[in-house]
Amino acid sequence: MWPLDLAACFCKRLHRGACTGPALLALAFGLVYPAIRTIYTSFFNRNGEEYVGLGNYVQAFSQNEFQIVLRNTALWVVLVPIVSTLIGLVYAVVVDRTRFEKFAKTLVFMPMSISMVGAGIIWRFIYEYRGPLRDAQGVPTNEPTGLLNQLLVGVGLDPKQFLLDSPENNLFLIAVMIWIQAGFAMTILAAAIRAIPVDIIEAAKLDGLHGPSMFRYITVPSVRPALVVVVTTIAMATLKVFDIVRTMTSGNFGTSVVANEFYVQSFRSQNAGLGAALAVILFVLVIPIVVYNVRQMRISEEIR
Amino acid sequence: MSTTPTPPQAFSTSEPGEATGAPPAGPRKKEGRVARKASRSRERLSSPGASITAVLIAVLWTVPTFGLFVTSFRPSADIRRDGWWNVWNVFANPTFTLDNYTNAISGSTSLGTYFVNSIAITIPAVVIPISIALLAAYAFAWIDFRGRNVLFVAVFALQIVPIQITMIPLLSQYVDWGLAGSFWTVWLSHSIFALPLAIFLLHNFMKDIPQSLIEAARVDGAGHVKIFFHVLMPLLVPAIAAFAIFQFLWVWNDLLVALVFAPGPNVRPLTVFIAELAGTRGQTWHLLSADAFISMIIPVIVFLSLQRYFVRGLLAGSVKG
Repeated sequence: MWPLDLAACFCKRLHRGACTGPALLALAFGLVYPAIRTIYTSFFNRNGEEYVGLGNYVQAFSQNEFQIVLRNTALWVVLVPIVSTLIGLVYAVVVDRTRFEKFAKTLVFMPMSISMVGAGIIWRFIYEYRGPLRDAQGVPTNEPTGLLNQLLVGVGLDPKQFLLDSPENNLFLIAVMIWIQAGFAMTILAAAIRAIPVDIIEAAKLDGLHGPSMFRYITVPSVRPALVVVVTTIAMATLKVFDIVRTMTSGNFGTSVVANEFYVQSFRSQNAGLGAALAVILFVLVIPIVVYNVRQMRISEEIR
Repeated sequence: MSTTPTPPQAFSTSEPGEATGAPPAGPRKKEGRVARKASRSRERLSSPGASITAVLIAVLWTVPTFGLFVTSFRPSADIRRDGWWNVWNVFANPTFTLDNYTNAISGSTSLGTYFVNSIAITIPAVVIPISIALLAAYAFAWIDFRGRNVLFVAVFALQIVPIQITMIPLLSQYVDWGLAGSFWTVWLSHSIFALPLAIFLLHNFMKDIPQSLIEAARVDGAGHVKIFFHVLMPLLVPAIAAFAIFQFLWVWNDLLVALVFAPGPNVRPLTVFIAELAGTRGQTWHLLSADAFISMIIPVIVFLSLQRYFVRGLLAGSVKG
């Protein structure tokens, strides 16, 4: 730890704020300057030589392929936070104070610890498709190797190309993110549920509330601040989702999202201007969610 | 882990132990009959419907991983022939093998190098930001200097900058400096991206340490260095642990940063290798399954053994802010 020691000595000699120096330098060089630079680049063409004004943004919002990207992103940002929070909340309530609580929670929380690349592979295997080979009578001779297709065949349907058929393939990618984020929602909400004052619950019981009505009128309103935080935090994570799309479809078959398109345009198509514009769009989309998140947190703190 | 390195409020607490503290509803001795009855009926919330829901969700959340796990122990011919659920069909004579793992470790597409790369990337990318952030957080919390509040708010606000927006300029900067293709690009990038959250979290923990403790040390003649190492550090261990685990899991599981800054075969980590294998040889499930589980071993061990700290960090920040 000698560098710390050394720097701490400098603090006294140089300037009282010198200890913040390394951090501020790193942030200025690594976050502030590049962000400004990227905003600047977004007004130029693909090799950064010709000024195109808002051309890249117009392209991102008007061209067909990019409109699909924006539609997909909207779908992700609406579905993932809502569904994973709902599942997390229900699960937190039903396993609360049961004998297997700890184990049951670990099962659902575990996907949070593995990489999205790993999760993508796990789910690709579930969606695995193999075209049926049929004999002369038209009876399939091979078995599907993906679990979902096995279930489809089991109930007498034809196997399906889950990741290829647009637009519903987006939903199958979204399911992976829900699978990952539900554990986060559950953990935060379980703590909030534990913090509900016991007299409120007892009073509600004396008033005859139980089961679903207890959930609806006591549990949900009591954990509302935590719900908002969970939904917005997951929404921010979802907005920047890249790994899942990259691993499962590479953004083909109409499944690309803004973060993936940013990567493709910047590093595969070498279109620096458009890539920069997509990064800026991502930035602008994050801001309102963050503002709402911070404001809600302030309010919930004031209540406490 | 989420794609965001840092859900902005992932943690930042005032009372480290509070969020996970003892449930307020513990049975008290003096409780009357009504109260006891109430708490008993509360346990009965696990009605048949609730139990079925719980089991259903638990199964849905486990089966995908379990299926690939079973598959990783099946011979490649079997994997191509039918699904993993057939291993329960004793008449089909199911066989298990470790070949996939020995192949993954020492075969032609060995991941040994990438495993080492992942470790080489992760450890400095956790240690560097913590060291720098500790220093800055100490100054923000306990040294009075001009512009302190403005700077701290600025650092806090930087959490919302998506890493995507910084990538192209950073990359060209690294190329100018001749760093491209070395581990330094990934170490620096991960460290920079982690700083705002690390400073914010550690500052909040430091701020909570009672002023009197610092004053007392000062009266005894301790300087900043001594106060830092002998008074603050021992109290900061839980906060540092929470952030270290968070950052460790994020860096180990990261794909985007590594793909942009360290795509070369000498420096690429496991995630980049596996993602590429999935892209080019997506049907080689005997390789993919074993590789995927090897890449998951370390984060899962870290997560399970240090879950308490990780959950505490998550909770403290997200609910309280």
